[in-house]
This record gives sequence, structure tokens and C-alpha cells, in this order.
Amino acid sequence: MKLPLLYDVALSLLLARGRQSLVAAVGVTFSITMFIALLSFMAGLNQLLDGLVVNRTPHIRLYNEVQPAPRQPIDRYTSAGAGRQHHFIRSIRPSDELPRIRNVGAIIAALRRDPRVRGVAPKTQAQVFYNVGTINLTGTISGIEVEQEDRLFAFGDYVTTGNPLSLKTVANSIILGKAAADIMLVGVGDVVQITTVKGNHVQLKVVGLFESGLLDVDKVQSYTSLFTAQKLLGEANNYVTDVQVKLYDFSLAPPLAREYAQRYDVQALDIQTANSQFETGTFIRTLISYTVGITLLIVAGFGIYNILNMMIYEKMDTIAILKAIGFSGGDVRRLFVAVALAIGLSGGAAGLLFGFGLSVLISYVPFHPASLPTVHFYPVSFNPVFYGIGAVFSLITTYLAGYFPARKASRVDPVDIIRGK
Amino acid sequence: MDTPAIEARQLIKYFDDPVRVQVLHDVSFALNRGEFAAVVGKSGCGKSTLLYILSTMDTAYEGELLIDGVPMRGKKEAALARVRNEQIGFVFQFHYLLNEFSVLRNVMLPAEKLGKLSRPEIEHRAYEKLKILGIESEALKKPNQLSGGQKQRVAIARALINDPLIILGDEPTGNLDQKNGEIVFDIFKELAETYHQALLIVTHDNDFAAKTHRIIEMEDGRIIS
Repeated sequence: MKLPLLYDVALSLLLARGRQSLVAAVGVTFSITMFIALLSFMAGLNQLLDGLVVNRTPHIRLYNEVQPAPRQPIDRYTSAGAGRQHHFIRSIRPSDELPRIRNVGAIIAALRRDPRVRGVAPKTQAQVFYNVGTINLTGTISGIEVEQEDRLFAFGDYVTTGNPLSLKTVANSIILGKAAADIMLVGVGDVVQITTVKGNHVQLKVVGLFESGLLDVDKVQSYTSLFTAQKLLGEANNYVTDVQVKLYDFSLAPPLAREYAQRYDVQALDIQTANSQFETGTFIRTLISYTVGITLLIVAGFGIYNILNMMIYEKMDTIAILKAIGFSGGDVRRLFVAVALAIGLSGGAAGLLFGFGLSVLISYVPFHPASLPTVHFYPVSFNPVFYGIGAVFSLITTYLAGYFPARKASRVDPVDIIRGK
Repeated sequence: MDTPAIEARQLIKYFDDPVRVQVLHDVSFALNRGEFAAVVGKSGCGKSTLLYILSTMDTAYEGELLIDGVPMRGKKEAALARVRNEQIGFVFQFHYLLNEFSVLRNVMLPAEKLGKLSRPEIEHRAYEKLKILGIESEALKKPNQLSGGQKQRVAIARALINDPLIILGDEPTGNLDQKNGEIVFDIFKELAETYHQALLIVTHDNDFAAKTHRIIEMEDGRIIS
């Protein structure tokens, strides 16, 4: 009987100051709405940008860089046991060898058996010249296994014209960067001539165009099948310059990269090292959106604090009489906390709904980033965690905003009020 | 009938603001059930101060206050609130009704707070009390729709709802005209004589005081007769 009575009195107080209570509740609604919408939008963008990195770049890249021999021949002659010697002769240059990965077939087979690995895609990079009339443009051709590349790195998303699988079905085919194709005045079905670094002239048929979103990349990069690339270089079919590994859990990339580097005697670069700035960016964006969201909530809390203070000043008589007829200070405090929570709960619940609505609305706003041809609308994350945080924070701020005025009300001395009349 | 309903022993009270002034000097008296007493005295003689100490709302005093033989000193604020709820009925000069609630609900509020009876029982009792005071027809109105005399009677009904041991009044007729004042007086008298409740009424009205069982006259913080 006791609690419902308090709630009854709280409700009557709320209704007595209906408009102000509504304004305070709308303040909470607004802040929760913006909190949800802001976080959902930010998280959606973060996921999109992270996805760009995590999904489209290999988690571990194995390659062999051209490097000087770490042990110069003279070391072999003098080093044993004689640590104090210093050699000034370091004349042996890197040997005349292309940056291939040795024994690549066995490495790929072993990687594919590794339970942590989702997929492996070999790649052969070759420097070429695109012949445009009498001038040559430098470029890079990557020989890829189209199916693997598409499955693991969403290669198909970049290809805006033509079918990426044609690389496999059409012999001597090429997918050109859009910018390069524009310079060369070619389209799908045309033939381009390229010159390899060794001086061979090759004619390749354009089967598609791709857009990465970076103009500089689109000007130089093009794709062909692994086999065609090996043929361009005049190498056997075991010539592979890069092995791209995709893991199930990309957080394992750094230790695995070290493991593979040691086991296969290659260089290995993990995604975290290659893209460390992305994680920082994600963190900062998340931090900013949380800060703004929580600031909004605190401002709404001040709104509730104000309305309660006003209500308490106006209702001094009521407080005094409640105390005179037997309500304790604790009862009065609970009463006003209930008022605050009623404002916070109703405003917060409406805010969660409106926040969801606004997020849905944002997710239907057209958005055509050049770098992401598959994205047509603004990305929004509908993570229930945001709604949980919004609800919890609205409760905490309204409780605190209500608690202090309520405590003041509980300390009102009824004698002062009643005698003051 | 042996334990007095309310007993004060050597009550001493100081006001500290702005300078320390002693407002009550060793005030002692006892009031039995069924006794109807009026406290009279000049303004500032300490009679209201005494009343608020007796009401348990003012706890900053020296001496001993016993309600139904139970000492009030040392009780927690919540326990004192319970005593006020159960054993003390209050009638102020100003009615202090809650305008958000109906007359009936205003009367019911202390009983709902006490929580001993179910809601329909409380409602029934509230109607009975309003009937005693002759205003049951106004039960569903809001207090601000009532006249001053009616409001004061509602306030009395509210004071009666829990059948308190003591009814304290701070000039309950002060804002009323002659006729309404007499109605209120008759009600008080009936409460004392029929229901054996102890009544202690602070008043300026000498006619009112003269008709009570006992007059407690105060001067400069002392009871002089």
C-alpha cells in the first residue's frame, strides 16, 4: 500500500506541473535520440571503414623483398669465434633474382591445411608499361586467382564494368583501372598493348574495369590471371610474389605472421602493423561520439534537476503537510526520486524509439562513396548495446538529477513552512 | 486513563537565530484523554513553539516529551513520522489541503500512509468522518472549490481519519468567521466528550478558550495558570 501511494502522489505532482514535466521529458527524449542515432551512425561508419581494411586486405601477406645478403661472404670466413672484428667490405649486392617466394606450392598447401586460416590467395606482381600510341605509361599488373580473390577480398565489388570471372575464362585478358582505361581510350572488348620490363610486347583483351576509389591506384594498377602474369614475366607457374592469407580471427595476425616468417623463411606483414592508423581512427571516432552522447544526457539531467527544484519550491506546503501527517523524510525523498525517474523513464523510452527511428531514417539516406561502389546508403549499425547504454545512462542521470533535489525536499522542516504562514 | 495522552516535562527551547533567546522555560503539563484544553497567551509567548514540540516535528528542545507514556526523545525521524501518522491529528490555521487530490482523497491520505486498512475500508471511514463534520456531500470536489469553513472541516476530518490519541490545533478558527468558528468548536467538543480524544488548541480567541475544559495560559515561555 505504501509504494503505490507514493507513486500516486508523485503522479499527481507530475500532472500538476504537466508542461514543465513534459519539457524535461522531451529533453531526455531528444538526448537519447541523438545519442542512439549518433552512436549507430558512427559505429556503422566505423564498421564500413574497418571492413574496408579488414575484409579487403590480407590479414597476413607473405612476400620476399629484394634484400642484401645479411651474411656477407667475408663473415663466413672470419666470424666464427672472433666477435671483435668489424668488416668494412660490404660489397656483395643482392643477387639477380626476382622477388619470388620459394617453394610456394608447398607453402600454400600447408597454409590451406592450417585450421586458423580461412583462405589463401597467391598473387604475382609485375611491373609493366602500357603502350598508348607512342608513349608508355608505367603500371603494375597483379596476377590473381580470381575466385579466391573475390571470395576473400571482395574483388568483384571493385569491378564496375565487365565480369571479373572473365579473367579466368578469356585467355590473355586484363581488368584495367578506370583512370588508366580513360587515358588509353579503351573499354571492355578492346585490346591494349603492354611491354614488360624484359621488353616483351603482349596484347591483352580488356574484360573489365575497376575502381578502387583512389585515382592514383586506378591509373597504374590492373589485374590479370595468375597464369597470364607468369607468362608476361616469362616465368614458370610456380612463380608467385605474394601469398595473401585471410584468417578466421584477424586478431591472431601478428603472432601468426611471426610464425610464418620463421617457418617459411619469408617476410610476413600482418594487418595490424600495416594499418595501425585505422584502429586509432576507430578509437577516436568512438570516443568522440560517446563523449558527445553522454554530454547530451548530462544536459538533459540538468533539465530534470531544474524542473524538480522548481517543483519542490512550489510544493513546499505539500511537503510540509505530508510530513505533518506522517510521511518521513525518506518517503518524501522517494517521492521526488519517483517523479524524476518517471520523467527519465518516459523520456528515455521515447528516446530509444525515436533513436531507432532516426537510425532507420539515416540508413535510407543515399550515400555513394566513390571508393565503395557497393554502398548506396549511409551505413548504420543497429547494435542493441547502444540502446542498453542509452537506457542505463538515462536512468543514472535522471536518478542523480532527481536525487539531489529530492534530498533537499526530504530535509524541509515542516515547522518553518507552517509557521511561516 | 492513568497514562496522560501527552505529557511535557520541563521543556526548554531556545531560538538561536539571530541571537540565543530562550522561548520556553521549564514547561511541564499533562493532558488526559477526553480533555479539551486551550492554550492562550500573547503573541510570542511561546505557545506555537510549544505546540510544534508537542507535535514531534520540532526536535530541537531540552526536556522530556511523552506521548501515551512513550518518550519521544531519541526516536528516529522515520519513527516520529509514524507517531505523527498514528497518534497525532493536526489542524492548522491554514488548511493545507492538497489541491491535486479530491476532498475524500485528502482525508484518506494519512490512513493510506498508515496502511492498516484496505482502500475501500479507508474510503468508508473517510466518508464517516466527513459525515461527522457535515460535509460528506463535498467529498468528490477539489479543495479549491470549497469555502474556507468547509476546507477547515476537511482538514479536521483528515486529522481524525486515524483516530489519533491527540488532536493539536494551531489557531484552527483563526481564519474563520463567527459561525464557522462555532461549528468547529462544537466538533472539537464532541470529539473530546464522545470520542475521548485529547485536544490541545492554541488560540487567540478568548470566547473560544472560555468554553473549553481547561485553559493553559502562557506568558514569556512559562505556563502561568
